[in-house]
Amino acid sequence: MTTQAISNLHSVLSSGTFAVTGECGPPRGADMNVLNKKGELLRGWVDAVNVTDNQTAIVRMSSIAASKHLLDMGLEPVMQMVCRDRNRIAIQSDILGAYSLGIRNILCLSGDHQSFGSQPDAMNVFDIDSMNLIRTVKDMRDEGKDMSGFDLKEAPKMFIGAAANPFADPFEYRVLRLAKKIDAGVDFIQTQCIYNMERFREWIRLAREEGLTEKAYIMGGVTPIKTVGMAKYMKNKVAGMDIPDEIINRVAGVPKEKQTEEGLKICQETIEELKEMDGVHGVHVMAIEWEEKVADIVKGAGLRK
Amino acid sequence: MIVGEQKPIEEIKKMVAPYKKLLILGCGTCVKTCFAGGEDETAALASALRMAFRTEGVSIEIDEQTVERQCENEFIQEAAKKIGENDAVLSLACGAGVQAMARRFPKEPVYPGLNTTFIGVQESHGVFTEECSGCGNCELGNFGGICPVTRCSKKLLNGPCGGSQKGICEVDANTECAWQLIIDRLKTLGQLNNLRTYIPPKNWKTSNSGGPRKLVREDHII
Repeated sequence: MTTQAISNLHSVLSSGTFAVTGECGPPRGADMNVLNKKGELLRGWVDAVNVTDNQTAIVRMSSIAASKHLLDMGLEPVMQMVCRDRNRIAIQSDILGAYSLGIRNILCLSGDHQSFGSQPDAMNVFDIDSMNLIRTVKDMRDEGKDMSGFDLKEAPKMFIGAAANPFADPFEYRVLRLAKKIDAGVDFIQTQCIYNMERFREWIRLAREEGLTEKAYIMGGVTPIKTVGMAKYMKNKVAGMDIPDEIINRVAGVPKEKQTEEGLKICQETIEELKEMDGVHGVHVMAIEWEEKVADIVKGAGLRK
Repeated sequence: MIVGEQKPIEEIKKMVAPYKKLLILGCGTCVKTCFAGGEDETAALASALRMAFRTEGVSIEIDEQTVERQCENEFIQEAAKKIGENDAVLSLACGAGVQAMARRFPKEPVYPGLNTTFIGVQESHGVFTEECSGCGNCELGNFGGICPVTRCSKKLLNGPCGGSQKGICEVDANTECAWQLIIDRLKTLGQLNNLRTYIPPKNWKTSNSGGPRKLVREDHII
């Protein structure tokens, strides 16, 4: 873990404060007002905002440009970067460009496969994987070198994040994979949405045993459930998502007009538990196209006033 | 083997329609094994085409022959006589065979009757799976003999990704997660610790990213 604070998110995490990040999906169009609106809803409630990179392989405004718009609004972006659409040359070039624009946090991802998106005929890249991307950003930052070993004139100093999915299989390999990401140079981790608390507890326990929670900041991911239909859809259709039946039944068990409230309650309870959990340093609130609820969630969980 | 699949008959008809005399040339090695371009498929396609053209009142003479391998000159040579007698060749070989024919007979039009799909194996009768991308730098030794470059949808060398569930790849419910297979196999071999090692970015220079490849074996050049 790097010592000097690189970004606001870094300084919040290193101060020991329970950090909060939000998420902002760039628009399917060139209208930056969409970002302004989403940004305003998140302002004051989160320490940084993840900006997704053509998530689910659907063409959107680039994460670099959208991150810069948020930056101009005075919000701190976490620029997501996937290996699906760029080779190593473009990736390094974009990292240099992003840094020059003032972007200081990066989340390194392999990326959703293009077959999930609106243009499944596209060719994918996957020249390097997320593990290689983490190492690349770290080498650029700490060694000041690009992948060819060239000494960069000004090294991009990024606070490096990655994702972890404690709910994917094989479970016993998940902690080993986390360890590999940390060895590769990760400073912080944001997890897949937590609904299966039992499994998450076991994962974080194993991570603690390996000393991993001392080596990187772990932020638990949450997404509020809007309706029982949405929960079922995520359970069955979204890759890597684990929603136990008891959660679905709990939402289904209240009248339709109360389902949203129940979903938010579950989300707040999850955050409250994460706050108390040894080895968890923050929460990543992914209120997808529901940014107006972030304030309620964060307030409700007692994270910010 | 190289696995191929016959093109739809409508596409084949369009390609060969301008000719009066057509030779359908089968290939007796890989594509025969995958039921796409051997003697049997050559005969079946010839009959189907004759019938289709006859129904439409189009007159076309269709001849057939199968050679052992269309990717080797000594076998290609066996087809020279029939090629001379016909206006065009519909090759049921893989893409390499089609091109070897075109190179050997520069004045004869040669058309592909198959789509070359992949380098693979017959997993069970009639089921073929892709196993190798021919990347030119085999790393199977690191992965228990299972290729993540070919069999992981994201070519992850430090996998699995977060979409692996119950041994199935997130991309397709009928595809096994290569990384689950790798982990299971390394466990069986007692080599699971291999996976603790960081695998650096792959050198793609030896793959077709480095441009068309050529292998020169000085010891075999006459």
